[in-house]
Amino acid sequence: MPRRSLWPPLAALALVGLAALLFSVTVGSAALSLADVWAVVRGEGSPLARTLILELRVPRSLAAFAVGGLLAVAGALMQVLLRNPLADPYVLGLSGGASVGALAAMLAGLGGAVITGSAFAGAFLSTLLVFGLAHGTGSWTPSRLLLTGVVVAAGWGAVITLMLALSPAERLPGMLYWLMGDLSYSRTPWPPLALLLLICLLLMPLGRSLNVMARGPLQAAALGVNVRPLEWTIYLVASALTAMAVTTAGSIGFVGLVVPHMLRLVLGNDQRLILPACALAGGTLLVLADTLARTLIAPEQLPVGVITALLGVPTFLYLLYRSR
Amino acid sequence: MSRLEIRELVIDVPERRSGQALSLSIEPGQVWGVLGPNGAGKTTLLHTLAGLRAPRAGQVLVDGRPLAALGRRQVARTLGLVFQDRQDGFPATVRETALIGRHPWLSAWQMEGGEDLQLAEAALARLDVDHLAERLVSTLSGGERQRLAIATVLTQAPQIWLADEPTNHLDLHHQTAVMALLAEQAAEGRAVMMCLHDLNLAARWCDHLLLLYPDGEACWGPRDAMLVPAALEALYGQRLATAEIDGAPVFVPVR
Repeated sequence: MPRRSLWPPLAALALVGLAALLFSVTVGSAALSLADVWAVVRGEGSPLARTLILELRVPRSLAAFAVGGLLAVAGALMQVLLRNPLADPYVLGLSGGASVGALAAMLAGLGGAVITGSAFAGAFLSTLLVFGLAHGTGSWTPSRLLLTGVVVAAGWGAVITLMLALSPAERLPGMLYWLMGDLSYSRTPWPPLALLLLICLLLMPLGRSLNVMARGPLQAAALGVNVRPLEWTIYLVASALTAMAVTTAGSIGFVGLVVPHMLRLVLGNDQRLILPACALAGGTLLVLADTLARTLIAPEQLPVGVITALLGVPTFLYLLYRSR
Repeated sequence: MSRLEIRELVIDVPERRSGQALSLSIEPGQVWGVLGPNGAGKTTLLHTLAGLRAPRAGQVLVDGRPLAALGRRQVARTLGLVFQDRQDGFPATVRETALIGRHPWLSAWQMEGGEDLQLAEAALARLDVDHLAERLVSTLSGGERQRLAIATVLTQAPQIWLADEPTNHLDLHHQTAVMALLAEQAAEGRAVMMCLHDLNLAARWCDHLLLLYPDGEACWGPRDAMLVPAALEALYGQRLATAEIDGAPVFVPVR
Protein backbone atom coordinates (compact mmCIF):
# COMPACT_ATOMS: atom_id res chain seq x y z
CA MET A 1 0.00 0.00 0.00
CA PRO A 2 1.56 3.26 -1.05
CA ARG A 3 2.18 6.17 1.20
CA ARG A 4 1.00 4.21 4.19
CA SER A 5 3.81 3.54 6.56
CA LEU A 6 4.26 -0.06 7.58
CA TRP A 7 5.54 0.88 11.00
CA PRO A 8 2.50 1.95 13.09
CA PRO A 9 0.69 -1.41 12.88
CA LEU A 10 3.95 -3.31 13.37
CA ALA A 11 4.91 -1.19 16.38
CA ALA A 12 1.46 -1.77 17.89
CA LEU A 13 1.75 -5.53 17.36
CA ALA A 14 5.25 -5.53 18.84
CA LEU A 15 3.98 -3.75 21.97
CA VAL A 16 1.14 -6.26 22.35
CA GLY A 17 3.65 -9.08 21.91
CA LEU A 18 5.93 -7.62 24.57
CA ALA A 19 2.99 -7.28 26.96
CA ALA A 20 2.02 -10.91 26.32
CA LEU A 21 5.60 -12.04 27.02
CA LEU A 22 5.69 -10.08 30.29
CA PHE A 23 2.30 -11.48 31.27
CA SER A 24 3.42 -15.04 30.56
CA VAL A 25 6.52 -14.55 32.71
CA THR A 26 4.53 -13.35 35.74
CA VAL A 27 1.77 -15.98 35.56
CA GLY A 28 2.21 -19.59 36.66
CA SER A 29 2.23 -22.04 39.54
CA ALA A 30 4.07 -19.38 41.56
CA ALA A 31 2.70 -15.96 40.64
CA LEU A 32 5.26 -13.19 40.38
CA SER A 33 4.65 -9.44 40.33
CA LEU A 34 6.10 -7.12 37.70
CA ALA A 35 8.30 -5.78 40.53
CA ASP A 36 9.77 -9.28 40.98
CA VAL A 37 10.47 -9.48 37.26
CA TRP A 38 12.07 -6.04 37.27
CA ALA A 39 14.26 -7.04 40.21
CA VAL A 40 15.50 -10.07 38.28
CA VAL A 41 16.13 -7.96 35.20
CA ARG A 42 18.31 -5.66 37.32
CA GLY A 43 20.26 -8.67 38.56
CA GLU A 44 18.60 -8.80 41.98
CA GLY A 45 15.66 -10.79 43.34
CA SER A 46 15.47 -14.09 45.18
CA PRO A 47 17.33 -17.12 43.77
CA LEU A 48 13.98 -18.90 43.36
CA ALA A 49 12.59 -16.03 41.30
CA ARG A 50 15.78 -15.92 39.26
CA THR A 51 15.62 -19.62 38.41
CA LEU A 52 11.91 -19.47 37.73
CA ILE A 53 12.21 -16.52 35.38
CA LEU A 54 15.55 -16.91 33.68
CA GLU A 55 15.70 -20.69 33.33
CA LEU A 56 12.07 -21.72 33.01
CA ARG A 57 9.60 -19.06 31.99
CA VAL A 58 11.59 -16.74 29.75
CA PRO A 59 13.05 -19.48 27.53
CA ARG A 60 9.70 -21.18 27.26
CA SER A 61 7.83 -17.95 26.45
CA LEU A 62 10.43 -16.97 23.86
CA ALA A 63 10.22 -20.44 22.31
CA ALA A 64 6.42 -20.11 22.18
CA PHE A 65 6.76 -16.70 20.53
CA ALA A 66 9.22 -17.99 17.94
CA VAL A 67 7.18 -21.09 17.10
CA GLY A 68 3.96 -19.09 16.77
CA GLY A 69 5.71 -16.61 14.49
CA LEU A 70 7.24 -19.36 12.34
CA LEU A 71 3.90 -21.10 11.90
CA ALA A 72 2.01 -17.91 11.04
CA VAL A 73 4.61 -16.78 8.48
CA ALA A 74 4.70 -20.28 6.95
CA GLY A 75 0.91 -20.22 6.69
CA ALA A 76 0.87 -16.77 5.07
CA LEU A 77 3.46 -17.92 2.52
CA MET A 78 1.54 -21.06 1.60
CA GLN A 79 -1.60 -18.99 1.16
CA VAL A 80 0.15 -16.70 -1.32
CA LEU A 81 1.67 -19.67 -3.13
CA LEU A 82 -1.68 -21.41 -3.53
CA ARG A 83 -3.69 -18.20 -3.81
CA ASN A 84 -6.00 -19.82 -1.34
CA PRO A 85 -6.64 -18.21 2.04
CA LEU A 86 -7.39 -21.64 3.51
CA ALA A 87 -4.00 -23.22 2.90
CA ASP A 88 -1.45 -23.89 5.61
CA PRO A 89 1.66 -26.08 6.02
CA TYR A 90 -0.26 -28.66 8.03
CA VAL A 91 -2.84 -29.12 5.32
CA LEU A 92 0.00 -29.72 2.85
CA GLY A 93 1.61 -32.57 4.76
CA LEU A 94 4.73 -30.70 5.90
CA SER A 95 4.14 -31.27 9.59
CA GLY A 96 3.13 -34.88 8.88
CA GLY A 97 6.48 -35.48 7.22
CA ALA A 98 8.32 -33.75 10.07
CA SER A 99 6.43 -35.78 12.66
CA VAL A 100 7.17 -39.07 10.90
CA GLY A 101 10.85 -38.11 10.78
CA ALA A 102 10.92 -37.27 14.48
CA LEU A 103 8.96 -40.36 15.50
CA ALA A 104 11.19 -42.63 13.43
CA ALA A 105 14.27 -41.25 15.21
CA MET A 106 12.59 -41.77 18.57
CA LEU A 107 11.51 -45.28 17.66
CA ALA A 108 15.12 -46.06 16.81
CA GLY A 109 16.05 -44.85 20.29
CA LEU A 110 17.97 -41.83 19.04
CA GLY A 111 17.75 -38.49 20.76
CA GLY A 112 18.47 -34.79 20.68
CA ALA A 113 19.97 -33.45 17.50
CA VAL A 114 19.17 -36.60 15.52
CA ILE A 115 15.45 -36.10 16.18
CA THR A 116 15.73 -32.50 15.00
CA GLY A 117 17.64 -33.48 11.87
CA SER A 118 15.27 -36.31 11.16
CA ALA A 119 12.24 -34.03 11.50
CA PHE A 120 13.83 -31.58 9.07
CA ALA A 121 14.52 -34.42 6.65
CA GLY A 122 10.92 -35.57 6.96
CA ALA A 123 9.56 -32.10 6.22
CA PHE A 124 11.76 -31.68 3.16
CA LEU A 125 10.97 -35.16 1.88
CA SER A 126 7.32 -34.19 2.13
CA THR A 127 8.05 -30.93 0.32
CA LEU A 128 9.79 -32.66 -2.56
CA LEU A 129 7.12 -35.34 -2.76
CA VAL A 130 4.22 -32.89 -2.83
CA PHE A 131 5.81 -30.33 -5.13
CA GLY A 132 7.33 -32.94 -7.41
CA LEU A 133 4.13 -34.91 -7.78
CA ALA A 134 2.00 -31.79 -8.20
CA HIS A 135 4.25 -30.53 -10.98
CA GLY A 136 3.91 -33.95 -12.60
CA THR A 137 3.82 -33.76 -16.37
CA GLY A 138 3.88 -30.00 -16.45
CA SER A 139 0.41 -28.67 -15.84
CA TRP A 140 0.73 -27.24 -12.38
CA THR A 141 -2.23 -25.72 -10.61
CA PRO A 142 -2.83 -24.62 -7.03
CA SER A 143 -5.76 -27.01 -6.68
CA ARG A 144 -3.55 -29.89 -7.81
CA LEU A 145 -0.88 -28.91 -5.29
CA LEU A 146 -3.48 -28.63 -2.55
CA LEU A 147 -4.98 -32.04 -3.38
CA THR A 148 -1.55 -33.66 -3.56
CA GLY A 149 -0.70 -32.13 -0.18
CA VAL A 150 -3.92 -33.30 1.41
CA VAL A 151 -3.42 -36.86 0.16
CA VAL A 152 0.24 -36.95 1.24
CA ALA A 153 -0.81 -35.58 4.66
CA ALA A 154 -3.33 -38.39 4.98
CA GLY A 155 -0.57 -40.86 4.10
CA TRP A 156 1.70 -39.44 6.81
CA GLY A 157 -1.21 -39.70 9.25
CA ALA A 158 -1.47 -43.43 8.55
CA VAL A 159 2.29 -43.90 8.98
CA ILE A 160 2.14 -42.03 12.32
CA THR A 161 -0.67 -44.28 13.56
CA LEU A 162 1.28 -47.35 12.45
CA MET A 163 4.39 -46.18 14.28
CA LEU A 164 2.44 -45.50 17.46
CA ALA A 165 0.86 -48.96 17.27
CA LEU A 166 4.27 -50.62 16.86
CA SER A 167 6.23 -48.61 19.41
CA PRO A 168 6.99 -49.89 22.92
CA ALA A 169 4.85 -48.41 25.68
CA GLU A 170 7.67 -46.55 27.42
CA ARG A 171 8.37 -44.46 24.31
CA LEU A 172 4.73 -43.46 23.77
CA PRO A 173 4.56 -40.33 25.99
CA GLY A 174 7.56 -38.74 24.26
CA MET A 175 6.08 -39.54 20.87
CA LEU A 176 2.68 -38.17 21.73
CA TYR A 177 4.44 -34.88 22.54
CA TRP A 178 5.22 -34.47 18.87
CA LEU A 179 1.68 -35.05 17.84
CA MET A 180 -0.09 -32.67 20.20
CA GLY A 181 2.38 -29.86 20.48
CA ASP A 182 3.92 -29.01 23.83
CA LEU A 183 6.45 -26.34 24.64
CA SER A 184 7.65 -27.82 27.92
CA TYR A 185 10.12 -29.99 26.02
CA SER A 186 11.71 -27.18 24.04
CA ARG A 187 15.32 -26.87 25.08
CA THR A 188 16.41 -23.47 23.83
CA PRO A 189 14.47 -20.67 22.13
CA TRP A 190 17.41 -19.27 20.18
CA PRO A 191 17.44 -21.37 16.97
CA PRO A 192 13.75 -20.76 16.14
CA LEU A 193 14.02 -17.08 17.11
CA ALA A 194 17.10 -16.64 14.94
CA LEU A 195 15.40 -18.39 12.00
CA LEU A 196 12.29 -16.23 12.40
CA LEU A 197 14.32 -13.04 12.34
CA LEU A 198 16.44 -14.22 9.41
CA ILE A 199 13.43 -15.23 7.33
CA CYS A 200 11.61 -11.97 8.03
CA LEU A 201 14.66 -10.06 6.77
CA LEU A 202 14.99 -12.36 3.75
CA LEU A 203 11.32 -11.95 2.86
CA MET A 204 11.24 -8.15 3.04
CA PRO A 205 12.77 -7.59 -0.42
CA LEU A 206 10.52 -10.32 -1.85
CA GLY A 207 7.37 -8.70 -0.49
CA ARG A 208 6.28 -6.88 -3.63
CA SER A 209 6.99 -9.92 -5.81
CA LEU A 210 4.76 -11.93 -3.48
CA ASN A 211 2.03 -9.30 -3.87
CA VAL A 212 2.22 -9.76 -7.63
CA MET A 213 2.34 -13.56 -7.26
CA ALA A 214 -0.92 -13.42 -5.30
CA ARG A 215 -2.54 -12.33 -8.57
CA GLY A 216 -1.60 -15.49 -10.37
CA PRO A 217 1.59 -16.82 -11.98
CA LEU A 218 0.84 -15.57 -15.51
CA GLN A 219 0.15 -12.02 -14.36
CA ALA A 220 3.26 -12.17 -12.16
CA ALA A 221 5.43 -13.40 -15.02
CA ALA A 222 4.08 -10.66 -17.27
CA LEU A 223 5.12 -8.11 -14.66
CA GLY A 224 8.67 -9.38 -14.46
CA VAL A 225 8.58 -11.97 -11.66
CA ASN A 226 10.61 -15.16 -12.11
CA VAL A 227 7.70 -17.30 -11.09
CA ARG A 228 9.15 -20.79 -10.82
CA PRO A 229 12.18 -19.90 -8.64
CA LEU A 230 9.95 -17.74 -6.43
CA GLU A 231 7.46 -20.58 -6.01
CA TRP A 232 10.25 -22.93 -4.98
CA THR A 233 11.67 -20.33 -2.59
CA ILE A 234 8.30 -19.86 -0.91
CA TYR A 235 7.72 -23.57 -0.60
CA LEU A 236 11.21 -24.34 0.72
CA VAL A 237 11.13 -21.44 3.18
CA ALA A 238 7.68 -22.48 4.42
CA SER A 239 9.00 -26.03 4.82
CA ALA A 240 12.04 -24.87 6.79
CA LEU A 241 9.86 -22.72 9.05
CA THR A 242 7.43 -25.56 9.65
CA ALA A 243 10.23 -28.06 10.29
CA MET A 244 11.84 -25.74 12.83
CA ALA A 245 8.49 -25.11 14.54
CA VAL A 246 7.67 -28.82 14.69
CA THR A 247 11.10 -29.76 16.04
CA THR A 248 10.80 -27.12 18.76
CA ALA A 249 7.26 -27.74 19.90
CA GLY A 250 5.65 -30.61 18.01
CA SER A 251 2.55 -30.24 15.84
CA ILE A 252 0.62 -27.10 16.69
CA GLY A 253 -2.30 -26.55 14.38
CA PHE A 254 -4.34 -23.55 13.29
CA VAL A 255 -1.82 -20.79 14.06
CA GLY A 256 -0.72 -20.79 10.42
CA LEU A 257 -4.30 -20.75 9.24
CA VAL A 258 -6.03 -18.30 11.54
CA VAL A 259 -3.41 -15.63 12.18
CA PRO A 260 -2.73 -14.59 8.55
CA HIS A 261 -6.42 -14.75 7.75
CA MET A 262 -7.37 -12.41 10.60
CA LEU A 263 -4.53 -10.00 9.87
CA ARG A 264 -5.61 -9.78 6.23
CA LEU A 265 -9.11 -8.82 7.32
CA VAL A 266 -7.69 -5.93 9.35
CA LEU A 267 -4.50 -4.83 7.56
CA GLY A 268 -5.21 -5.59 3.89
CA ASN A 269 -3.06 -7.84 1.77
CA ASP A 270 0.34 -6.20 1.30
CA GLN A 271 2.80 -9.01 2.06
CA ARG A 272 5.43 -6.49 3.11
CA LEU A 273 3.16 -5.70 6.05
CA ILE A 274 1.41 -9.05 6.51
CA LEU A 275 4.52 -11.22 6.82
CA PRO A 276 6.21 -9.34 9.71
CA ALA A 277 2.77 -8.79 11.26
CA CYS A 278 2.23 -12.57 11.13
CA ALA A 279 5.54 -13.13 12.91
CA LEU A 280 4.49 -10.78 15.72
CA ALA A 281 0.82 -11.77 16.01
CA GLY A 282 1.48 -15.51 15.65
CA GLY A 283 4.13 -15.27 18.36
CA THR A 284 1.77 -13.35 20.64
CA LEU A 285 -1.06 -15.84 20.11
CA LEU A 286 1.11 -18.84 20.94
CA VAL A 287 2.59 -17.16 24.03
CA LEU A 288 -0.93 -16.57 25.34
CA ALA A 289 -2.09 -20.07 24.36
CA ASP A 290 0.92 -21.62 26.09
CA THR A 291 0.31 -19.54 29.22
CA LEU A 292 -3.25 -20.87 29.24
CA ALA A 293 -1.97 -24.40 28.63
CA ARG A 294 0.24 -24.36 31.70
CA THR A 295 -2.14 -22.49 34.04
CA LEU A 296 -5.66 -23.72 33.25
CA ILE A 297 -5.37 -26.95 35.24
CA ALA A 298 -2.09 -26.16 37.05
CA PRO A 299 0.00 -27.89 38.22
CA GLU A 300 -0.94 -30.24 35.34
CA GLN A 301 -0.13 -28.93 31.84
CA LEU A 302 -2.18 -29.21 28.70
CA PRO A 303 -0.52 -29.66 25.29
CA VAL A 304 -0.62 -26.21 23.69
CA GLY A 305 -1.82 -27.76 20.42
CA VAL A 306 -5.07 -28.57 22.18
CA ILE A 307 -5.54 -24.92 23.16
CA THR A 308 -4.81 -23.54 19.68
CA ALA A 309 -7.13 -26.13 18.14
CA LEU A 310 -9.89 -25.32 20.64
CA LEU A 311 -9.48 -21.61 19.83
CA GLY A 312 -8.78 -22.17 16.15
CA VAL A 313 -11.56 -24.53 15.13
CA PRO A 314 -14.48 -22.25 16.04
CA THR A 315 -12.66 -19.17 14.71
CA PHE A 316 -11.89 -20.90 11.46
CA LEU A 317 -15.41 -22.26 11.06
CA TYR A 318 -16.76 -18.78 11.70
CA LEU A 319 -14.46 -17.27 9.07
CA LEU A 320 -15.44 -19.97 6.58
CA TYR A 321 -19.11 -19.35 7.31
CA ARG A 322 -18.65 -15.61 6.84
CA SER A 323 -16.73 -16.02 3.57
CA ARG A 324 -19.81 -17.55 1.85
CA MET B 1 14.72 -1.27 -35.79
CA SER B 2 11.56 -3.24 -35.34
CA ARG B 3 10.03 -3.13 -31.89
CA LEU B 4 8.95 -6.74 -32.21
CA GLU B 5 10.24 -9.16 -34.80
CA ILE B 6 8.85 -12.64 -35.29
CA ARG B 7 11.10 -15.10 -37.14
CA GLU B 8 9.78 -18.42 -38.42
CA LEU B 9 7.60 -18.67 -35.31
CA VAL B 10 5.41 -21.74 -34.83
CA ILE B 11 3.21 -21.43 -31.77
CA ASP B 12 2.59 -24.42 -29.55
CA VAL B 13 -1.14 -25.07 -29.74
CA PRO B 14 -2.09 -28.35 -28.02
CA GLU B 15 -3.43 -31.07 -30.35
CA ARG B 16 -2.26 -29.21 -33.44
CA ARG B 17 0.27 -31.15 -35.45
CA SER B 18 1.60 -28.46 -37.70
CA GLY B 19 1.26 -24.75 -38.13
CA GLN B 20 2.46 -22.19 -40.57
CA ALA B 21 5.60 -20.39 -39.48
CA LEU B 22 4.98 -16.68 -38.88
CA SER B 23 7.57 -14.12 -39.92
CA LEU B 24 6.68 -10.49 -39.48
CA SER B 25 7.95 -7.26 -37.97
CA ILE B 26 6.00 -4.81 -35.90
CA GLU B 27 7.44 -1.34 -36.29
CA PRO B 28 7.02 1.59 -33.91
CA GLY B 29 3.71 3.29 -34.64
CA GLN B 30 1.99 0.21 -36.02
CA VAL B 31 -1.25 -1.26 -34.73
CA TRP B 32 -1.69 -4.94 -35.55
CA GLY B 33 -4.95 -6.80 -35.17
CA VAL B 34 -5.06 -10.58 -34.81
CA LEU B 35 -8.26 -12.13 -36.14
CA GLY B 36 -9.41 -15.70 -36.05
CA PRO B 37 -12.12 -18.01 -34.76
CA ASN B 38 -12.17 -19.44 -31.23
CA GLY B 39 -9.28 -21.81 -30.60
CA ALA B 40 -7.20 -20.59 -33.54
CA GLY B 41 -4.34 -19.72 -31.18
CA LYS B 42 -4.68 -15.95 -30.78
CA THR B 43 -4.11 -15.98 -27.03
CA THR B 44 -1.34 -18.57 -27.39
CA LEU B 45 0.35 -16.28 -29.91
CA LEU B 46 0.23 -13.27 -27.57
CA HIS B 47 1.49 -15.32 -24.62
CA THR B 48 4.32 -16.68 -26.77
CA LEU B 49 5.26 -13.15 -27.85
CA ALA B 50 5.28 -12.10 -24.18
CA GLY B 51 7.60 -15.00 -23.33
CA LEU B 52 5.04 -16.69 -21.11
CA ARG B 53 5.19 -19.90 -23.12
CA ALA B 54 7.80 -21.37 -25.38
CA PRO B 55 7.21 -21.53 -29.12
CA ARG B 56 7.44 -24.86 -30.92
CA ALA B 57 9.95 -23.31 -33.28
CA GLY B 58 11.33 -19.95 -34.24
CA GLN B 59 12.34 -16.82 -32.45
CA VAL B 60 10.96 -13.56 -31.13
CA LEU B 61 13.16 -10.45 -31.08
CA VAL B 62 12.35 -7.51 -28.84
CA ASP B 63 14.10 -4.33 -30.00
CA GLY B 64 16.52 -6.55 -31.90
CA ARG B 65 17.33 -8.86 -29.00
CA PRO B 66 16.11 -12.44 -28.64
CA LEU B 67 13.26 -12.65 -26.14
CA ALA B 68 14.62 -15.88 -24.68
CA ALA B 69 17.87 -14.13 -23.72
CA LEU B 70 16.15 -11.33 -21.78
CA GLY B 71 15.31 -11.52 -18.09
CA ARG B 72 11.65 -11.44 -17.08
CA ARG B 73 12.06 -8.03 -15.50
CA GLN B 74 13.67 -6.58 -18.60
CA VAL B 75 10.86 -8.01 -20.73
CA ALA B 76 8.27 -6.50 -18.38
CA ARG B 77 9.84 -3.07 -18.78
CA THR B 78 9.47 -3.28 -22.56
CA LEU B 79 6.37 -5.31 -23.13
CA GLY B 80 2.97 -5.21 -21.44
CA LEU B 81 0.17 -7.75 -21.77
CA VAL B 82 -3.54 -7.16 -21.20
CA PHE B 83 -4.87 -10.58 -20.24
CA GLN B 84 -8.16 -11.89 -21.49
CA ASP B 85 -9.11 -13.41 -18.15
CA ARG B 86 -7.98 -12.58 -14.67
CA GLN B 87 -8.00 -14.37 -11.36
CA ASP B 88 -8.95 -12.77 -8.08
CA GLY B 89 -6.65 -14.15 -5.44
CA PHE B 90 -6.97 -11.98 -2.40
CA PRO B 91 -9.04 -8.84 -2.01
CA ALA B 92 -7.31 -5.75 -3.40
CA THR B 93 -8.39 -2.22 -4.17
CA VAL B 94 -8.45 -0.72 -7.65
CA ARG B 95 -5.56 1.63 -6.83
CA GLU B 96 -3.37 -1.19 -5.47
CA THR B 97 -4.11 -3.21 -8.59
CA ALA B 98 -3.09 -0.42 -10.95
CA LEU B 99 0.08 0.13 -8.91
CA ILE B 100 1.37 -3.41 -9.47
CA GLY B 101 2.12 -2.16 -12.99
CA ARG B 102 5.13 -0.39 -11.45
CA HIS B 103 6.59 -3.68 -10.25
CA PRO B 104 9.21 -4.07 -13.01
CA TRP B 105 10.42 -0.52 -12.47
CA LEU B 106 11.09 -0.71 -8.73
CA SER B 107 14.03 -2.35 -7.01
CA ALA B 108 13.42 -5.04 -4.42
CA TRP B 109 13.70 -2.75 -1.39
CA GLN B 110 11.87 0.18 -2.96
CA MET B 111 8.37 1.14 -1.91
CA GLU B 112 6.04 2.68 -4.46
CA GLY B 113 6.71 6.43 -4.37
CA GLY B 114 4.74 9.55 -5.20
CA GLU B 115 5.70 9.37 -8.86
CA ASP B 116 4.43 5.79 -9.16
CA LEU B 117 1.19 6.79 -7.48
CA GLN B 118 0.79 9.70 -9.91
CA LEU B 119 1.28 7.39 -12.88
CA ALA B 120 -1.31 4.98 -11.50
CA GLU B 121 -3.81 7.77 -10.76
CA ALA B 122 -3.32 9.20 -14.25
CA ALA B 123 -3.86 5.77 -15.80
CA LEU B 124 -7.03 5.20 -13.76
CA ALA B 125 -8.31 8.62 -14.84
CA ARG B 126 -7.46 7.89 -18.49
CA LEU B 127 -9.52 4.70 -18.34
CA ASP B 128 -12.34 6.43 -16.49
CA VAL B 129 -12.08 4.28 -13.35
CA ASP B 130 -10.46 6.86 -11.04
CA HIS B 131 -13.71 7.28 -9.10
CA LEU B 132 -13.44 3.57 -8.16
CA ALA B 133 -9.90 3.81 -6.77
CA GLU B 134 -10.83 2.76 -3.23
CA ARG B 135 -13.22 -0.02 -4.28
CA LEU B 136 -12.33 -3.70 -4.04
CA VAL B 137 -11.75 -5.25 -7.46
CA SER B 138 -14.19 -8.04 -6.62
CA THR B 139 -17.02 -5.49 -6.48
CA LEU B 140 -16.43 -4.14 -10.01
CA SER B 141 -18.43 -4.95 -13.12
CA GLY B 142 -16.82 -6.86 -15.97
CA GLY B 143 -16.27 -3.73 -18.03
CA GLU B 144 -14.78 -1.85 -15.09
CA ARG B 145 -12.36 -4.72 -14.47
CA GLN B 146 -11.38 -4.69 -18.12
CA ARG B 147 -10.61 -0.98 -17.96
CA LEU B 148 -8.64 -1.54 -14.75
CA ALA B 149 -6.55 -4.23 -16.49
CA ILE B 150 -5.73 -1.77 -19.28
CA ALA B 151 -4.97 0.96 -16.72
CA THR B 152 -2.53 -1.43 -15.02
CA VAL B 153 -0.62 -1.92 -18.28
CA LEU B 154 -0.73 1.84 -18.89
CA THR B 155 0.88 2.25 -15.45
CA GLN B 156 3.47 -0.31 -16.52
CA ALA B 157 4.24 2.00 -19.48
CA PRO B 158 5.60 -0.58 -21.96
CA GLN B 159 6.93 0.15 -25.45
CA ILE B 160 5.07 -2.86 -26.83
CA TRP B 161 1.41 -3.45 -26.04
CA LEU B 162 -0.04 -6.93 -26.43
CA ALA B 163 -3.77 -6.83 -25.76
CA ASP B 164 -5.98 -9.90 -25.69
CA GLU B 165 -9.46 -8.76 -26.65
CA PRO B 166 -9.07 -5.36 -25.00
CA THR B 167 -12.69 -4.42 -25.72
CA ASN B 168 -14.18 -7.42 -23.90
CA HIS B 169 -17.13 -6.48 -21.68
CA LEU B 170 -16.88 -2.81 -22.70
CA ASP B 171 -19.82 -0.65 -23.73
CA LEU B 172 -19.65 1.09 -27.12
CA HIS B 173 -18.25 4.32 -25.74
CA HIS B 174 -15.50 2.63 -23.79
CA GLN B 175 -14.68 0.32 -26.71
CA THR B 176 -13.96 3.39 -28.77
CA ALA B 177 -12.07 5.07 -25.92
CA VAL B 178 -9.82 2.01 -25.45
CA MET B 179 -9.11 1.73 -29.18
CA ALA B 180 -8.29 5.45 -29.25
CA LEU B 181 -5.91 4.93 -26.32
CA LEU B 182 -4.12 2.08 -28.12
CA ALA B 183 -3.93 4.13 -31.33
CA GLU B 184 -2.48 7.01 -29.32
CA GLN B 185 0.14 4.71 -27.80
CA ALA B 186 1.16 3.68 -31.32
CA ALA B 187 1.21 7.29 -32.51
CA GLU B 188 3.69 8.03 -29.73
CA GLY B 189 6.09 5.48 -31.19
CA ARG B 190 5.05 2.32 -29.38
CA ALA B 191 3.91 -0.88 -31.05
CA VAL B 192 0.52 -2.48 -30.51
CA MET B 193 -0.78 -5.95 -31.28
CA MET B 194 -4.24 -7.00 -30.19
CA CYS B 195 -6.60 -9.91 -30.63
CA LEU B 196 -10.07 -8.86 -31.69
CA HIS B 197 -13.36 -10.51 -32.44
CA ASP B 198 -14.96 -7.37 -33.81
CA LEU B 199 -14.10 -7.06 -37.51
CA ASN B 200 -15.33 -3.50 -37.61
CA LEU B 201 -13.07 -2.36 -34.78
CA ALA B 202 -10.19 -4.09 -36.55
CA ALA B 203 -11.07 -2.40 -39.84
CA ARG B 204 -11.38 0.99 -38.18
CA TRP B 205 -8.37 1.01 -35.83
CA CYS B 206 -5.70 -1.44 -37.05
CA ASP B 207 -3.25 -0.74 -39.83
CA HIS B 208 -2.07 -4.36 -40.17
CA LEU B 209 -3.92 -7.62 -39.72
CA LEU B 210 -2.89 -11.18 -38.97
CA LEU B 211 -5.47 -13.84 -39.80
CA LEU B 212 -5.11 -17.10 -37.89
CA TYR B 213 -7.02 -20.11 -39.24
CA PRO B 214 -8.04 -22.99 -36.98
CA ASP B 215 -5.86 -25.45 -38.95
CA GLY B 216 -2.73 -23.42 -38.21
CA GLU B 217 -2.59 -21.59 -41.53
CA ALA B 218 -2.10 -17.84 -41.35
CA CYS B 219 -1.80 -14.79 -43.53
CA TRP B 220 -0.87 -11.24 -42.69
CA GLY B 221 -0.31 -7.84 -44.22
CA PRO B 222 -1.58 -4.27 -44.41
CA ARG B 223 -5.21 -3.91 -43.44
CA ASP B 224 -6.70 -3.07 -46.82
CA ALA B 225 -5.08 -6.08 -48.45
CA MET B 226 -6.42 -8.38 -45.76
CA LEU B 227 -10.02 -7.17 -45.55
CA VAL B 228 -11.23 -9.33 -48.42
CA PRO B 229 -14.80 -10.49 -47.70
CA ALA B 230 -14.23 -13.97 -49.13
CA ALA B 231 -11.13 -14.49 -46.97
CA LEU B 232 -12.94 -13.29 -43.86
CA GLU B 233 -15.93 -15.54 -44.58
CA ALA B 234 -13.56 -18.49 -44.89
CA LEU B 235 -11.80 -17.47 -41.67
CA TYR B 236 -14.95 -17.62 -39.57
CA GLY B 237 -17.07 -19.99 -41.64
CA GLN B 238 -19.69 -17.27 -41.60
CA ARG B 239 -21.39 -15.35 -44.39
CA LEU B 240 -20.87 -11.61 -44.23
CA ALA B 241 -22.61 -8.64 -45.74
CA THR B 242 -20.34 -5.72 -46.55
CA ALA B 243 -21.28 -2.07 -46.60
CA GLU B 244 -19.28 1.08 -46.75
CA ILE B 245 -19.57 3.91 -44.26
CA ASP B 246 -17.39 7.02 -44.52
CA GLY B 247 -15.20 5.24 -47.04
CA ALA B 248 -14.43 2.32 -44.70
CA PRO B 249 -15.82 -1.20 -45.02
CA VAL B 250 -18.32 -2.48 -42.46
CA PHE B 251 -19.01 -6.19 -42.01
CA VAL B 252 -22.26 -7.61 -40.75
CA PRO B 253 -22.82 -11.36 -40.25
CA VAL B 254 -25.89 -12.65 -42.12
CA ARG B 255 -27.76 -15.91 -41.99
